[in-house]
Amino acid sequence: MLYREAGQFKTTYAADQQLFPIRQDRIGVLVLLAVAFFGVPLLASEYWFSAILIPFLIFALAALGLNILTGYAGQLSLGSAAFMAVGAYAAYNFQLRIEGMPILLSFICGGLTAAGVGILFGLPSLRIKGFYLAVATLAAQFFIVWCLTKFPWLSNNSSSGVISTQQLIILGYELKTPVEKYLLVLSIVVVLALAAKNLVRSSTGRAWMAVRDMDVAASVIGIKLMPTKLLAFAISSFYCGVAGALYAFCYLGSVEPDGFSLEMSFKILFMIIIGGVGSIMGSFMGAAFILLLPIFLDVALPFLAGIFGLPFSSATVSHIQILVFGALIMFFLIVEPHGLARLWQIAKEKLRLWPFPH
Amino acid sequence: MNFFLEVLIGGLLSGVMYALVALGFVMIYKASGVFNFAQGAMVYLAALSVVGCMEKGAPLWLAIILAFAIMTAFGIATEKFVLRKLVNQPPIALFMATIGLAFFIEGLAPMIFGSEPRALELGIVDEPIPWILDNWNMVISKFDLVASGVAAVLVATLALFFQYTRIGRALRAVADDHQAALSIGIPLQHIWAIVWGVAGFVALVAGMMWGARNGVQFALTFTALKALPVLILGGFTSVPGAIVGGLIIGASEKLAEIYIPPVMQDLFGGNFGGIEGWFPYVLALLFLLVRPEGLFGEKHIDRV
Repeated sequence: MLYREAGQFKTTYAADQQLFPIRQDRIGVLVLLAVAFFGVPLLASEYWFSAILIPFLIFALAALGLNILTGYAGQLSLGSAAFMAVGAYAAYNFQLRIEGMPILLSFICGGLTAAGVGILFGLPSLRIKGFYLAVATLAAQFFIVWCLTKFPWLSNNSSSGVISTQQLIILGYELKTPVEKYLLVLSIVVVLALAAKNLVRSSTGRAWMAVRDMDVAASVIGIKLMPTKLLAFAISSFYCGVAGALYAFCYLGSVEPDGFSLEMSFKILFMIIIGGVGSIMGSFMGAAFILLLPIFLDVALPFLAGIFGLPFSSATVSHIQILVFGALIMFFLIVEPHGLARLWQIAKEKLRLWPFPH
Repeated sequence: MNFFLEVLIGGLLSGVMYALVALGFVMIYKASGVFNFAQGAMVYLAALSVVGCMEKGAPLWLAIILAFAIMTAFGIATEKFVLRKLVNQPPIALFMATIGLAFFIEGLAPMIFGSEPRALELGIVDEPIPWILDNWNMVISKFDLVASGVAAVLVATLALFFQYTRIGRALRAVADDHQAALSIGIPLQHIWAIVWGVAGFVALVAGMMWGARNGVQFALTFTALKALPVLILGGFTSVPGAIVGGLIIGASEKLAEIYIPPVMQDLFGGNFGGIEGWFPYVLALLFLLVRPEGLFGEKHIDRV
């Protein structure tokens, strides 16, 4: 009864075109942001910040990047982790080599470097698509990680490419505690998510979707394929790159190239499949789901095994985790290809009518 | 020169091993248009079930038959419960579903058969052939030679099967045009089940060869990753393409591993080993830019 747009008249174009057209949605988003910015820091413990909330936001950002490329522009990529690595290492090097470089500018430069690399590896998408392209992005995955391991300059001559990130200093104030890092990550993610939300409903976003649905038809109606696809690669890689920089600076503090493995790329892909391909909100839902599921299984499985008196080892838990991931991917693709975001949308539709049947 | 030849032949023979895995991809792609990312996981499952059955006390031949039964049952189940439900979805969704399938197998197989690495004894030793070693001073592994013999037999059998049997003709018809095949009364779903069975068989052969060489372990799933550039080079729809692609990839990656790092070391300093890891992909990528359909693939024409 509360969630209904009856009586909300739109009298200006601005009102008609706003990001969240329904008043309840706007209030909901504001409440969510208020809770995230003010409520959570008051309530959550240190463990929550450093083990769940920060990685959640970072992976949500990476998933958002991949979603722009795969969900909106329709170009499958299996190299998102590599672009994250580019972002992380580029940000590290900008910090290291330029005296007095502000940290936020380093993040942006890291993202831009990742965008450049993304364009480079996106070039084949002009001639190939589908799983051919997926294989091409695998080349990015392996090549970039190899480069970061083998060229000592990139990791300031540390052994096997491990880097320890610099301090986070913003306007002379050093961010040390998990809460402060969380707030930094949250602000960046919110800004970028809103930007993405706006972007996908702009002419660029519509061009992406046209290319995704049928690129030949899109080019016939006058969408230039090359700039459109490359822009998708650039922006997607920018998001992944910033996520990678945050991953290194705000989450782990010390990363190695092999940490950005193919497995991580798959994880990000799973986030958007489960969360919802072609949905900003879905990226967040998927990231939360994929990150929380292993934690949930870690707790639930030994408990279940205890009830049934089955023998249990930690190896089995990891096998079951992999198995459940695989099964869920197939399940979602078969039953709900648009993922959790679609379920959420259905729930909202239901809520509009509730409690009346029609 | 001798050394070059030795590396080249070693590379070609290991390329045969890649081709074995790539064949499984081609089978399924040809018949159902599904790019089966789970082929590597199937190789792992096949090798594990052979080893698992042997551990339970079955002799080798029985273990192979049991493993074949498992692979066939698994293939049919996949077709029935996953792919049939995804008919008419975009190919990318099918591809992602097979990634899920790969994870599913990678979790399930070690739960049933145990995850510790084990050796698989086929009675072929991995040692240089003395005769070649004496006469030409080259190290050519006996095992690699047997493996390429097996691959040759497999390809020949598959070719005959496709060319001359009733089922083979039906398979080719389905590969050509689903709807036309349906309209002349070819049971599409039976054919798909058979294709998955055959792909399971190819996975079994590949799994035994790889397992005997490197031990049966989780790393077998990565064979799929090595098979991808092979496919791109050879074309997704061509059995000879898989073989030729495998040979090219195998030879070039071994040669690159030997000859490129010293050059780079001169240029930049430091150690540049491990080129094998990405070289096939970059090679395939460059190749794609020139000839997107692969060496033997069919030219694709897009219509709106």
